[in-house]
Amino acid sequence: MRIALFITCFNDTLYPGTGRAVLTVLERLGHTVDFPQEQTCCGQMHFNTGYRPDAVPLVTRLARAFAGYDAVVTPSASCAGMVRENHPVLAERYGSASLQQQVAELVPRVYEFTEFLTDVLEVTEVGARFPHKVAYHPTCHSLRGLRLGDRPLRLLRAVQDLDLVELPSADSCCGFGGTFAVKNADTSSAMLADKAAGVLASGAEVLCAADNSCLMHIGGGLSRQGSGVRTMHLAEILAGAEGEER
Amino acid sequence: MSDRGVVWLGSPSFPEAARTALADQQLRTNLRRATTTIRDKRLAVAAELDDWEELRTAAEAIKRRTARHLDRYLLQLEEAVIAAGGSVHWAGDAAEANRIVAALIQATGEREVVKIKSMATQEIGLNEALAREGITAYETDLAELIVQLGEDRPSHILVPAIHKNRTEIRDLFAAEMAHWGEPAPEGLSDDPRELAEAARRHLRKKFLAAKVAVSGANFAVADTGTVTVVESEGNGRMCLSLPETLITVMGIEKVVPTWSDLEVFLQLLPRSSTGERMNPYTSTWTGVTEGDGPSQFHLVLLDNGRTDTLADTVGRQVLACIRCSACLNVCPVFERTGGHAYGSVYPGPIGAVLTPQLVGVEQAASLPFASTLCGACYDACPVKIDIPEVLAHLRAEVVEAKRHALSPEALAMKAAATVLDSPRLLSAAQKAASLGGRVLAREGRIGRLPGPLHGWSDTRDSPAPPAESFRTWWRKNREGTP
Ligand code: SF4
Repeated sequence: MRIALFITCFNDTLYPGTGRAVLTVLERLGHTVDFPQEQTCCGQMHFNTGYRPDAVPLVTRLARAFAGYDAVVTPSASCAGMVRENHPVLAERYGSASLQQQVAELVPRVYEFTEFLTDVLEVTEVGARFPHKVAYHPTCHSLRGLRLGDRPLRLLRAVQDLDLVELPSADSCCGFGGTFAVKNADTSSAMLADKAAGVLASGAEVLCAADNSCLMHIGGGLSRQGSGVRTMHLAEILAGAEGEER
Repeated sequence: MSDRGVVWLGSPSFPEAARTALADQQLRTNLRRATTTIRDKRLAVAAELDDWEELRTAAEAIKRRTARHLDRYLLQLEEAVIAAGGSVHWAGDAAEANRIVAALIQATGEREVVKIKSMATQEIGLNEALAREGITAYETDLAELIVQLGEDRPSHILVPAIHKNRTEIRDLFAAEMAHWGEPAPEGLSDDPRELAEAARRHLRKKFLAAKVAVSGANFAVADTGTVTVVESEGNGRMCLSLPETLITVMGIEKVVPTWSDLEVFLQLLPRSSTGERMNPYTSTWTGVTEGDGPSQFHLVLLDNGRTDTLADTVGRQVLACIRCSACLNVCPVFERTGGHAYGSVYPGPIGAVLTPQLVGVEQAASLPFASTLCGACYDACPVKIDIPEVLAHLRAEVVEAKRHALSPEALAMKAAATVLDSPRLLSAAQKAASLGGRVLAREGRIGRLPGPLHGWSDTRDSPAPPAESFRTWWRKNREGTP
């Protein structure tokens, strides 16, 4: 199987460790992963802020970069959702017939990381050890966008020595919402305050999720409050190897 | 306020109006308590029906079919209402609807009317318009009464006084009831039963004296001409049966093709709105009936932007809304800000997609952005309106409408698009960000920022960009190229 990593512009720039963690896990499971350098961004920010035409070249670029791979794996539920839900919309509205075709071919091959592990590779035990108290935040895009359900939890439960604790009001939005956090900063902060309180109440040492953007938001709040709770992408926990301290 | 309008729009933009609400701790506590309670009740009663999802699908299908042939069903409705002894009036916008209703009331010689809670009449600002003609409209729904007595604005579709707690309501009754009719009893406490009794005594006089009633409609059946109002308190039924003249103002999207279609909605609506299996009062009437109820019935069919909404292939799905308010109760933004921040009688997620379409996106440009697109509203909506899809669609319309003015945001988006369309430029930007970020950062995190990003950085630290992006790492370690 030819697997390509879709790192996303956000992870590429701010969270390269997440990309390395995805490689670690997939390679540990015996797969080879490629990183097509033509890739950049799915255009989510432009699309969701109303700048649709600006997203079209990015759609074109992505479809081209990943043509020919059997699976395109991304550690971002929201970017996977963007490709699946909105690239066809953009291609239909602004693109040529050939772009529509390319997008239609790409969409079914794009997988969010945990989806790829559980549904395609059919594994939940990835040989990880992580001796910490962990809470999982189901981001809105993983919960209601991609309907990841308990896939991430199944993976976490299989991690050796990991103590999975419950996050109160887990399914409520953290208030990030991309440019929402800037345009409606006060409302966003109020939502963040409640989410951060939930994290602290959970007693977790580490909060994880399938989206670094929400984690950046929640982690930024936790850090400003001076709490010692760390945020980590779920892939980094799954990359934690037996015997290795992280 | 434009004529084709939704009242009091044009108040501050959402972020600004939200700030006031967010600062009000009491308000936030009231909202959280009320929405959480009703949310849990809704989930419990929806789960009781094993065909809940099928009902939602059926409702969506009925509403779609109706929208496709709206012209036909409206004409059918008009014909059936007239055949049953009623009259039908068509109103293109708010001003026209208000004129029609005022003229109908004036023709009766009355100066007071009783009202059933109705979103349509709030949308067009009917009470205020009637007041300008010297006609006083008395709200008879308990929550609407609270809002009216407080010279307040409703903040929730179903529970207009959701932002008030019992003590606040007691104080309001004690201070204001006397100006509007029967005063509140001496020593009124904040016990819900006492409050309800005070309201009942206050309203009873109005019901017995009223010769004219004004209502909205939850549904109107095209093939029989039957109009339907559902409610919890029974005050609506008093208005529908005691007066001599009944005037109903109804948005044109409220029509359903056949009587049997009601079956679907009468299961979905109460469960989604109040979390009850059945609403306590369902009133239906068809024209007029000799010796039973009002002898005159007028149906005012209100467009007020709905035909334009219908023309938008993505946006038209909001016309399926049955005003259950489930989307409000699950919305994390509404939960923090309450309804007033939306500056429209339609608050919450539905307000954010309906209001801009009714009045034009330029008039309500901040509303489509008043959401994180978390999707909770879509999951809750009994008629499956994809609210996030419409929000994103309207955002594009807002940007398009402002295209001529190159805002800093538009420039930033353009610049970002250019960088992101080139791996080489992206790489260069990543290097610059890494350098710049490390200058700003302390212990790997960036604190408060100046300029437009301060809203973000007031409450959140940002991660310092790492020394090396993923693509740089890949090139060095996997391809051996520097
Ligand atoms: S949009 Fe849906 S959930 Fe919201 S009020 Fe309308 S019908 Fe109810």
